[in-house]
Amino acid sequence: MMDALITNHILTIVTFTPAIGALLILFFKRDHVRSIRAFALVITVLTFIFSLHLIAHFNSNTADYQFSVNIPWIPSFGISYQMGVDGISVFLILLTTLLTPLSILASYSITGRAKEYFIFMLLLETGVLGVFVSLDLFLFYVFWEVMLIPMYFLIGVWGGERRIYAAMKFVLYTMIGSVLMLVAIIALYFLHGKAMGTYTFSYPQILSAISSGRLLLTPSTELYLFLAFFLAFAIKVPLFPFHTWLPDAHVEAPTAGSVMLAGVLLKMGTYGMLRFSLPLFPNVSHLFAPLITFFAVVGIIYGALVAMVQPDMKKLVAYSSVSHMGFIVLGIFSFTTQGMEGAIFQMLNHGVSTGALFLIVGVIYERRHTRLINEFGGLANKMPVYAAFFMIVTLSSIGLPGLNGFVGEFLILLGTFGANKTRAVVAAIGVILSAVYMLWMYQRVIWGDINNEKNAHLSDLFGREKAMLIPLIIMIFWMGVYSGNFLRPMDASVARLLGQTGKHDVQYALKP
Amino acid sequence: MNIPPINIAAILPAVVLSIAGVAIMVAEPFVDRAKKSILGWCALAGVIVAMLALFTMADNRGQWYSNLWIVDDYSIFFHVIFLLIAAVTILTSIDFLAREQINHGEFYALLLFATAGMLMMSGSNELMMVFIALEVMSIATYVLAGFRRTDLKSNESALKYFLLGSFSSAFFLYGVALVFGATGSTNLIGISEAMRSSDIQITLVYLAAAMMLISLCFKVAVAPFHIWVPDVYEGAPTPITGFMSVGPKAAGFAVFLRVFMTAFPAIQDRWISIIWMVAALTMVLGNVIAVSQTNIKRMLAYSSIAHAGYVAVAFASGSRRGISAALFYLLAYSVTNLGAFAIVTILSRSEDKLTNISDYAGLASKRPGLAALLTLFLLSLAGVPGTAGFAGKFFIFRSSVESGLVWLTVIGVVTTVVSFYYYLYIIVQMYMRDPKEEFGDLRLAGSLKLALVIAAVGTLYLGILPTRILDWSTVAALNALR
Repeated sequence: MMDALITNHILTIVTFTPAIGALLILFFKRDHVRSIRAFALVITVLTFIFSLHLIAHFNSNTADYQFSVNIPWIPSFGISYQMGVDGISVFLILLTTLLTPLSILASYSITGRAKEYFIFMLLLETGVLGVFVSLDLFLFYVFWEVMLIPMYFLIGVWGGERRIYAAMKFVLYTMIGSVLMLVAIIALYFLHGKAMGTYTFSYPQILSAISSGRLLLTPSTELYLFLAFFLAFAIKVPLFPFHTWLPDAHVEAPTAGSVMLAGVLLKMGTYGMLRFSLPLFPNVSHLFAPLITFFAVVGIIYGALVAMVQPDMKKLVAYSSVSHMGFIVLGIFSFTTQGMEGAIFQMLNHGVSTGALFLIVGVIYERRHTRLINEFGGLANKMPVYAAFFMIVTLSSIGLPGLNGFVGEFLILLGTFGANKTRAVVAAIGVILSAVYMLWMYQRVIWGDINNEKNAHLSDLFGREKAMLIPLIIMIFWMGVYSGNFLRPMDASVARLLGQTGKHDVQYALKP
Repeated sequence: MNIPPINIAAILPAVVLSIAGVAIMVAEPFVDRAKKSILGWCALAGVIVAMLALFTMADNRGQWYSNLWIVDDYSIFFHVIFLLIAAVTILTSIDFLAREQINHGEFYALLLFATAGMLMMSGSNELMMVFIALEVMSIATYVLAGFRRTDLKSNESALKYFLLGSFSSAFFLYGVALVFGATGSTNLIGISEAMRSSDIQITLVYLAAAMMLISLCFKVAVAPFHIWVPDVYEGAPTPITGFMSVGPKAAGFAVFLRVFMTAFPAIQDRWISIIWMVAALTMVLGNVIAVSQTNIKRMLAYSSIAHAGYVAVAFASGSRRGISAALFYLLAYSVTNLGAFAIVTILSRSEDKLTNISDYAGLASKRPGLAALLTLFLLSLAGVPGTAGFAGKFFIFRSSVESGLVWLTVIGVVTTVVSFYYYLYIIVQMYMRDPKEEFGDLRLAGSLKLALVIAAVGTLYLGILPTRILDWSTVAALNALR
């Protein structure tokens, strides 16, 4: 009885726990920074624990949406509060709930206007979770937009020197894509309503009408709708050439902001492609796949090359994100099981590894207030634990077998190779380049002698910093070794997705 | 001669406001100079009584006074909007007048007369009646704009508004004359019936409709008839700027929608394309010029032009859903914009000393509550989900897509992105810049707090649970289409 009650409302509970926490923080005194921080941490850990219920009770054998809720919201418009998770979204929710408490841990240096800061962090979590669980297109759009505002404040208020420029650029870039998606959503609503007689924003309903052929989109309509949706997602990912907002936002954002931005916000774009673009507009998706994968590959190489020459560690990691996100898009548009599962897996990897990298950069930034690579050198002498953690994360990021990064990249390349050999080969060069820039940075920062006086007295990781990195290190190993634990729940949903996109060319029976 | 039955109940709210206005005028000399604020509370009481009188009015649906006056959901919906606007404006003004030392009872009397005019506009079923109501509203508003009579800008504001306003009223009157010449009627339903017969001079009707269109475009301040707005808004006393940006605008739309949808449906395909262009031009000009403004009152003036453009989008869809979306949007926009102007009133200090956007720097660290509220209102104006502004824009774009106006919708959403820039710019000042001053001299009277609470609750309520109001506006929209 109790269990059923929890299962029925778990998505609401998970999504809105942070928002309720944010509301409660309003009642704290402004200068009680410590208690506000502790409270935010408790709330986010609680959210994480609640979200574990999802995976504990997740049924891997079905592609249906689980833990569904469906309550009318604005009935005269066919808008409802509809939520559910499947194999595509379940891990993204866990990733979000895992990264948020770690980001809170990374926010201990925030003392100015801490109350607002933690309110925005919690609201951000609610917004992102809402995006991943919404099954009503209107609800999805609401969360998609709402989550911009806390991020805007996090960058704009607690960011670096050019924070205002970066925050504004972030919002305007994202907005321009998403408003066109809104028009497309409304258009889809009417097309569905006119064809089927029921006006609804319910995504499963619209999708089943399209997949079953009862709602036929004319080629030009499908094209426009696809473009409107895709632009929103491509900017969010960001796919080359829409990536220019990303380095600015990352560099200026506070550490926790970067972690959330790279860790989960970018995933919203690739999630949107998987969830909406492919199944709703399969024909145009296939038509545009060559162009999109081309841009993905360009992004992989370009991001890697630009990352290589960055003097600033954070900017380097930001450009590496452009490169890695290219891989994910490449996997999605390979239309193979391996490619797509690899892409989802890589979304998780990127969240874990890049999140960890930003935390690691944040650690020395808090000590030295600089992120320039040539300010450092020989840190291994003073910070051995730090060096070890950094090593593991670096290796995970460049895809060392046995760690998580390898599995994702391998699956993506495998899937892509089946679909388009040239793309796979060129993308593989990106893997090599990533080893170059990551290891080179590592070498310059960690190895050698300390030749900068200022680094002579750096302290190694504190307990709190270990606490925020260790969960990610565990994930890196776990996902690298027991990949099946993560891939298995995706199977059913990915198979259905492939069914909806209308191609099933699985060439290899290979599966780790 | 047949004298039509007199039904006071059907016009009770307007009567109540008029009586309250006259009573305040009479009482004004007898009230001690230091206690003039009492008159403000009296005016508020008048508005509240008028709201209660609305229930009586709602029981008397139908046409009254030789079909001059109509009581339907459409007019009741607008009555609610106007009375709400009046109430919030009075609450914002009480402290303002004391601060500016222009605490005269006439202010409230004029405000009540203007509101009574607006109420009459929404219930008019007859063009002469519309004209009279329009003039009642306009003349009271001209005087209010110049209420700070020792201030040069306020005088400029009033004079400009008066000259251009009366010019546009003349256009309206000319249109009425022409339409009477063509159809032999000034009754809206009479006109539409006359247009079904083939022996009317259709050219004359076109001309008449064009004249009225120009006049009403002026009243609701859409491009290319918007040039007067920034100067007038900047110079007027701030609560009155807030009032003008919502009240006369909504009243203008009340007439605009009713007259064109009821009287001229036969030539809809002609005027609807003009509305299309007006909407597109207004959204682009309003939003783009707002970006470069440094004075917050001028910026909000351009923003109000842009918002009229969005309502025009709903109008251009020419459907029941479009009208319903327009009604909803007018309510949502009014609530939000009044909130924003209430805060501008607080922050502007005496004689509009601090109305530059840069004066808002660092407000969030000194007065977090005020900054948070202004942020809420600005986000609602920009159209962030969860606020009234988003719900309104969503319903408008939904209706325009339904009517096949995809390109207009695209222009609408893209200009919305532009609007994000200037609304967020104020937030940048408040949250992301260091304070230049202490904001220690801010007065936050109880009346202002009440106004802010009403606006904030309304903004969130309409944003999160719009169903009830939306369903009502849909019913109301049916009345305008017949």
